[in-house]
Amino acid sequence: MTAIYILWLRQLKRYTRSRSRIVASLGQPMLFLLALGFGFGPIFQRAGQGDYIQFLAPGVIGMTVLFTAIFSGIELIWDRQFGFLKETLVAPVPRILIMIGRTLGGATVALLQGFIVVIICFIAGFRVHHASAIPIAFLVMALIAIMFTALGTAIASVLSDFQGFQLVMNFLVMPIFFLSGALFPLAGLPTVLNVLATIDPLSYGVDGLRVSLSGAGHFGLAVDLAVLAILSTIILVIGTRLFSRIQL
Amino acid sequence: MIEVENLVKSFGEIQAVRDISFSVDQGEIFAFLGPNGAGKTTTIKMLTTLLRPTSGRIAIDGLDPMTHQNEVRKRFGIVFQDPSTDDELTAWENMDLHGALYSVPRRIRAERSERLLKLFELWDRRNDPLKQFSGGMKRRLEIARGLLHTPKIIFLDEPTLGLDPQTRNQLWAHVKKLNDEERVTVFLTTHYMEEAERVARRIAIIDHGRIVAQGAPAELKAQTNAETLEQAFLALTGSTIRDEGADQFAQMRAMAKIWRRNR
Repeated sequence: MTAIYILWLRQLKRYTRSRSRIVASLGQPMLFLLALGFGFGPIFQRAGQGDYIQFLAPGVIGMTVLFTAIFSGIELIWDRQFGFLKETLVAPVPRILIMIGRTLGGATVALLQGFIVVIICFIAGFRVHHASAIPIAFLVMALIAIMFTALGTAIASVLSDFQGFQLVMNFLVMPIFFLSGALFPLAGLPTVLNVLATIDPLSYGVDGLRVSLSGAGHFGLAVDLAVLAILSTIILVIGTRLFSRIQL
Repeated sequence: MIEVENLVKSFGEIQAVRDISFSVDQGEIFAFLGPNGAGKTTTIKMLTTLLRPTSGRIAIDGLDPMTHQNEVRKRFGIVFQDPSTDDELTAWENMDLHGALYSVPRRIRAERSERLLKLFELWDRRNDPLKQFSGGMKRRLEIARGLLHTPKIIFLDEPTLGLDPQTRNQLWAHVKKLNDEERVTVFLTTHYMEEAERVARRIAIIDHGRIVAQGAPAELKAQTNAETLEQAFLALTGSTIRDEGADQFAQMRAMAKIWRRNR
């Protein structure tokens, strides 16, 4: 337990100490809200879909949690290159506990970053349809955070340097975000896009956020939560296996 | 304390460690010497559960590092050749994290951290993040940290690299003291022959993954008719420079690693 706590605390300290990183990572969601939210707003309205900020905000929150979580997981490569990983790997702590500590730490960082973006969305004019929905939105965010931190760690366990990083960004993280329905409604999509959106785990996260925060969704909250919970567990198990196999 | 029999490690086609055997008694200071790329670090990694041997047998305090990983890990402390601290954390936090990972109770953790940080003259800087430390200071912290959980065996992989003579003396004096008073077994590698001669009771010289000689410093000198250990070392390992070969070797090893992972 101490090991999990101390590794969790380490991630938090690293996060709170790098203010530039916090500020830098808020630029992207703000740009999305501004350029897409206000830019596409009028068209969205004219298409009869209502307020675009109201629709987009859960997507931008989901995006923030996704990116922060993946990066927190992939930070493992950093630890490998700067050597800190060795310190944890020779410690008399089962690798599964190290994996859990790291994942919870990274997920907490992603959640905090998500909260900041929630506040920004409020400032941009986003309104929650009912206050009781906030705990559910929190749960959805936590599940997204855990799932993608574990995914980032799993990926970092098999990469030994940053050379493969661009590949991961362009062929995994970006598609996960753009095909998730964060930016557009999932109803009435062309078949190929529909299939891709259905197998995209973030679709369920964004949908869960949208159901809880705005009150309208595509898959339904029960499906969203079930898919997120099951996938998080599976990825965590795979991630732990890959992490346990690391040799230096 | 450490027993190694017919240990082999290959990375794909390359054999980094080729059938080495040696043993280190409890309370002994044992030096492992060899040119760059000879297989020293690979051997240490296998002894410390970081790398799985291709074949052969290892026993650390009677336990196999592969089947009793955590039991073995509790028994040793290690100072790695290259940094293994977190630069964003302070010296104190690095010590505390280490203590927590090794389940050292909080109070004892604080006491020992204070003693060790004072011993290695880092106490005044304990609340500064490591990124503000010089190379020598970081090295000292790594050494202090490796001793925090009072291990039975200490692995020192070129611990004095980049240290000034004062700190080097301090380090070896402390290691000798631990060895005398607490019978801590020490396994070290270094490129400074006079250090090895000064502290080690027995020395093994490894080259191209094979142990070419082992014994007390005096025995090695007698065996090669050399006056100093450095001469004996050169007589045993030749005088060609290994750096280039070692780099290629390290690269190939890295490649082999990537391939293995991807499969």
